[in-house]
Amino acid sequence: MELNSYQQEAFDYQRPNIEKFGKKNWMWTIFFLLWIAVGGYALYLQIAKGHIVTGMRDNVVWGLFIVNFIFIIGLSYAGAIISGLLHLFHVSWGKPIIRLAQIMTVVSVIVGPIFILLCIGRLDRLHHLFIYPRLQSPMTWDVLAILTYLVGSILFLYMALIKDFAVYRDAKMNIPKWRQKLYTILAIGYRGGASQKRHLIISQNLLAIIIIPLSIMVSSILSWVFGMTLRPGWHSTIFGPYFVLGALYSGVGVLIVAMWAYRKMYKLDNYFTDKHFTYLGYCMMVLAAGYGYFTFSEYFTSWFGSAKWDSDVIDKLFNPAEYGWWTLGANLVGILIPIFIVAIPKTRKPQWITLVAFLMIIALWIKRYLIIVPTLETPALPMQDTRMEYVKYAATWPEWALTFAGIASFLLLFTIISKFVTVIPVSELVDTSHHHHAEHAIEEDKKDKIQLA
Amino acid sequence: MVQEEINDKSRRSFLKTAAVATVVTAACGSAACSCSSAKTDTAAEGGKVRLLSPDGEIVEIDSAYLNHQEHMAIVSKLEQRQGIAGKRFVMVVDLALCKNARKCITACQKWHYRPEETEWLSVKLMKDSEKAAPYWFPKQCFHCDNPPCVKVCPVDATFKRQDGLVLIDNDRCIGCKFCMAACPYSTRVFNWDEPEMPIDIRNLKYSAETGLPAKVGTVEKCDFCPDRSREGLLPPCVEACPNGVFYFGDENEDTVTNGSETVSFSQLIKDRAAYRFLEELGTKPRVYYLPPKDRQFPVERGYDDLPGNIKDRFKDIMEPNKKS
Repeated sequence: MELNSYQQEAFDYQRPNIEKFGKKNWMWTIFFLLWIAVGGYALYLQIAKGHIVTGMRDNVVWGLFIVNFIFIIGLSYAGAIISGLLHLFHVSWGKPIIRLAQIMTVVSVIVGPIFILLCIGRLDRLHHLFIYPRLQSPMTWDVLAILTYLVGSILFLYMALIKDFAVYRDAKMNIPKWRQKLYTILAIGYRGGASQKRHLIISQNLLAIIIIPLSIMVSSILSWVFGMTLRPGWHSTIFGPYFVLGALYSGVGVLIVAMWAYRKMYKLDNYFTDKHFTYLGYCMMVLAAGYGYFTFSEYFTSWFGSAKWDSDVIDKLFNPAEYGWWTLGANLVGILIPIFIVAIPKTRKPQWITLVAFLMIIALWIKRYLIIVPTLETPALPMQDTRMEYVKYAATWPEWALTFAGIASFLLLFTIISKFVTVIPVSELVDTSHHHHAEHAIEEDKKDKIQLA
Repeated sequence: MVQEEINDKSRRSFLKTAAVATVVTAACGSAACSCSSAKTDTAAEGGKVRLLSPDGEIVEIDSAYLNHQEHMAIVSKLEQRQGIAGKRFVMVVDLALCKNARKCITACQKWHYRPEETEWLSVKLMKDSEKAAPYWFPKQCFHCDNPPCVKVCPVDATFKRQDGLVLIDNDRCIGCKFCMAACPYSTRVFNWDEPEMPIDIRNLKYSAETGLPAKVGTVEKCDFCPDRSREGLLPPCVEACPNGVFYFGDENEDTVTNGSETVSFSQLIKDRAAYRFLEELGTKPRVYYLPPKDRQFPVERGYDDLPGNIKDRFKDIMEPNKKS
């Protein structure tokens, strides 16, 4: 594999990051593993004693697990759409962040579905989904969609990695033999010949074209698990696009935070530049406005129409004695503040953007909670139950332990993958820092296109 | 074939125990009664159970003989899914007669071996608007003709039968609870932990028509007791009601009965202006309600003598000025 000087430099710079697994990395890993072990114990309790150990009961049948599921799998859809668009439109400044978006895609599509499994009362009967599938059920659509998407997104990440695997293979790095071998296998004999190049580009383009609508579909299907019921707060025609936008929005937030973390950790200031934060900040701002618009439409139509059952949910959401403060806080931090921080030039700085992105992620998680739990706490018939846990949902420690185990596995997988491949994709990299290089890049792009034709 | 074998076997065991069983049923009036004593007295299968004979004597019987003959009518999986040919089960609930005696609830729990907290059938206190008078509202599964729960089940564990019933196959249910989220009437309950059952019930072969034995991590609900219909019996809630609130019957025959009187279903819902709960949701329930007009009991009759923990449920409506 031949690299230009800029790409070579990027590789040499990142080489130590994938060559050794340092003390700090081990400490991180062990820390994450400990969290996962605590979650494992909670899972053991849940399986041994039944779902009684969770805070879920007959009215609120879904809780933290489904909130985490929606949130984490949303990140995946966002990562796929972002990297797909950056790829298709040959956005040269976007090259350094494509890999990060793709890793996020794959990691979250692995971790997310674990949470839907945690909601299942009989894990021993999981195969029933395949031996007795019932196509009318949105749950079946979701199973099919996620499995399709899982394969698609892994392929998409892999295609984007082939060139880099060839680089790692040829670099004679100071790594164990098995890794050398693995890179060789994964590079599937890629040498950078004209025909290989052509095939790879066509495959990548095709996958990008497939993965974008696929993400939108899968995200909508997820929303329909709720939208297809008759419940107020869920039964809404805008639920599909609302979920797509929410996913994209929180995904951009996680991408910004990941970019900041890796920039700090690996000193990648030359690749994750201030410009990247600004541009992703703009994306975040636009998405915040869109998401805010959808949220407002949801609340406003329900409130104005004021049908009784709808009003019951709206009252719950806005009553300060119930979820009022959470609703206010989540919408303020999750929608309004990011818009202002990015809009004001003085605060349009990486650290500020990262900070609001981080807070926005938490707010959007809370928003998901506010979509799920208050609706379930508002059945059509009066609950008239003296058992508090049946009336009001409160997550128990096993649910929290498993939630943190999920976050830990997300971060652990991220760590492991970023120790196996460079965070900045070297072979795709285009030097946009100098005018001359930029022109060169466009020329190269043209050359690719001619070859394609 | 297999089914015939099972039936045959149960028939034989029935004959074998017939002599004792008649004593038992005669003594207690119902199997539910004998079973409840079995629950308290037997530690393990084969242990001795003490029962009251018709002469007022205490007799000791091996619990192995106490096979619950009413629950014996186990039909094949296919029949459980198809339903009883030619029937369209329907229920009419007369709200003017309900005084929250709660006999239906206990009878249901006894028949289905469910603990006190698990209510497949519950009685709500409804107050439709601020000025409206509160009334008691017994509610079981509506066995909707357009059931939102069945639509969403990913594994076909809950299904609609040709006789109108919506049942659950808990050998198949994966416990995703989607049906619970989808049911607008809060009908379904989940086995959050291992349900406690007498050992002989636990060892029964599962039937969707009886919901026995209950299984952890699965969803269950009111089933309109089709096993009893097969025997020509009414559901226990209908039988137990002291006021004849529940009329149960067959839409095809156009007859419903509350145990003491049998009337024309179409005439009853016409004369009494029956309605279906939340008709606007389009679920097409198979349970009709007769509005609480000319009520037989003041609503307090169902409140004043309730045990404290149940009384608390209705406090907000009955004593709105007293904040708990």
